[in-house]
Amino acid sequence: MAPRECEICQNNRAQILRPKNHARICAPCFTALFEQEVAETIESSNLFQPGERVAIGASGGKDSTVLASVLKTLNERQKWGLDLVLLSIDEGITGYRDHSLEAVKRNAADLDLPLKIVSYQELYGWSMDQVVAQIGKKGNCTYCGVFRRQALDRGAAMLGVGHVVTGHNADDVAETVLMNLLRGDLPRLSRATSIVTSTPSAAKAKSADGKVTMTNVKRSKPMIYAYEKEIVMYAHHKKLDYFSTECIYSPEAFRGSARTLIKNLERIRPESILDVVKSGMDMARLVPQEQGAVPEEVEMTGRCGDAKESGGEMAAMERKLQQDEVAATNGIGVEIQLPRSSKNDRELGSAHAHSRETVALKAANDHPDGQNHDRDQLAPVTLPTRTKMKQKPAGRGAEKRTLPPKQKLGQCEKCGYLSSQAVCKACMLLEGLNKARPHTGIEVG
Amino acid sequence: MAESTSIPLTIEFTGGLELLFSNQRKHKVDLPSSKQSPNVADLITYLCDNLMKDPRKDMFVLDGTVRPGILVLINDADWELEGQETYQLQPRDEIVFVSTLHGG
Ligand SMILES: [Zn+2]
Ligand SMILES: [Zn+2]
Repeated sequence: MAPRECEICQNNRAQILRPKNHARICAPCFTALFEQEVAETIESSNLFQPGERVAIGASGGKDSTVLASVLKTLNERQKWGLDLVLLSIDEGITGYRDHSLEAVKRNAADLDLPLKIVSYQELYGWSMDQVVAQIGKKGNCTYCGVFRRQALDRGAAMLGVGHVVTGHNADDVAETVLMNLLRGDLPRLSRATSIVTSTPSAAKAKSADGKVTMTNVKRSKPMIYAYEKEIVMYAHHKKLDYFSTECIYSPEAFRGSARTLIKNLERIRPESILDVVKSGMDMARLVPQEQGAVPEEVEMTGRCGDAKESGGEMAAMERKLQQDEVAATNGIGVEIQLPRSSKNDRELGSAHAHSRETVALKAANDHPDGQNHDRDQLAPVTLPTRTKMKQKPAGRGAEKRTLPPKQKLGQCEKCGYLSSQAVCKACMLLEGLNKARPHTGIEVG
Repeated sequence: MAESTSIPLTIEFTGGLELLFSNQRKHKVDLPSSKQSPNVADLITYLCDNLMKDPRKDMFVLDGTVRPGILVLINDADWELEGQETYQLQPRDEIVFVSTLHGG
């Protein structure tokens, strides 16, 4: 095949075949275009405020390494005036995270950006190596994911940062969309396909008294439209230094299959990846959203080592956790909720001042997935899960969103982390771990 | 061309693929060329049979070609621009295999 010229500069030899439009371009034109497209995503969705302090979730892997490099470049070129900082989580996985953290440190030095590392060990008293020694490899990704969510928030809080950007790319999002489809879990699409997600607990905390709390952290994915292939090519041509391996504890089965499917599709029809992302976004608009959303959702970043949420095993663990939490919540909620049945709920509606108060209390106890398991148990009315939110009296649904929640009930009683449950997921997990291993002076945070 | 000729190539594995090749990124390979001019398909077979010590062959090769998600660069250009497996190798060509499948 005769070498072709770059379609853009008409000068250099074409080196890149763009998956999204089959353009044949040279490496310099490609890296410029890649940066320009990330800038367009950021500017068109008003991702950043001028002068904003932004933490880049950095794992040392290709995605966050490219993100850090591109943001550093764009911040100067576009004059955004951002105060950028790298934020890394040390899960305590010997032979994996220790090596990738070395890559993060080299990136920090190369890019001249400050780096903050927060470890599970310091936050929770347990490294993942210790967790795995205790519970085995099965299900450990759930621990890792739950811990990570808080760790990023806490790390951000330590840095005084209200915005964390992550390296999620189009392939990652397409995978997640497929997995949600395959699990029949459409309500999660909205979160998976949003460029910006803000934890609802954060929103509540803000509306309560305007105070900024540590969970008031915005998350965003500036590379949501970037192909993994192009991210790797960018890293290659810019000679970026990144670390790549699988997490040694990763089971990966379900996500692995979704990945394989995506990569097979890409080879036949590369446009498929962005099309799946766009379809996911369209479907998210059509599906009733996860009510309130998911303050304590398991963190999803990177491959599993980056504790990206969920194989089937993971989903099962999650359900188990949620049931445990329901039990815990009922323990404290019972006094308030017993006198009311779901029938009463409807009859009383929201007009009574008395019920307003109760609604507010209950709202804070609502399960993060919006399914109100506590109420299911107290007043067993069988409604189809998918339509349940709609069938509730409209007034109440609206109030749940607008009434200021009771701040106290919105916090984990153990660690103070914003939680819709009495005890947050991380503390539930820690309780189990610590029971088995007598552990003194647990200071979560 | 005599039967014993070979083509000197530089092969590089990155993005995590090096883990399957003795944890070494760069390899000098003399590709035996009994036929006129071996192509990239011949190279892949050769690497799989001779250079790869890791038993997990399917992490590199699947259905007779490189596994989807592994990018191939021929002299720093996407192999899709160069004819993929049918590209006829020249002495001192540089072939890079980059995995996009490994996380970080
Ligand atoms: Zn060009
Ligand atoms: Zn807690």
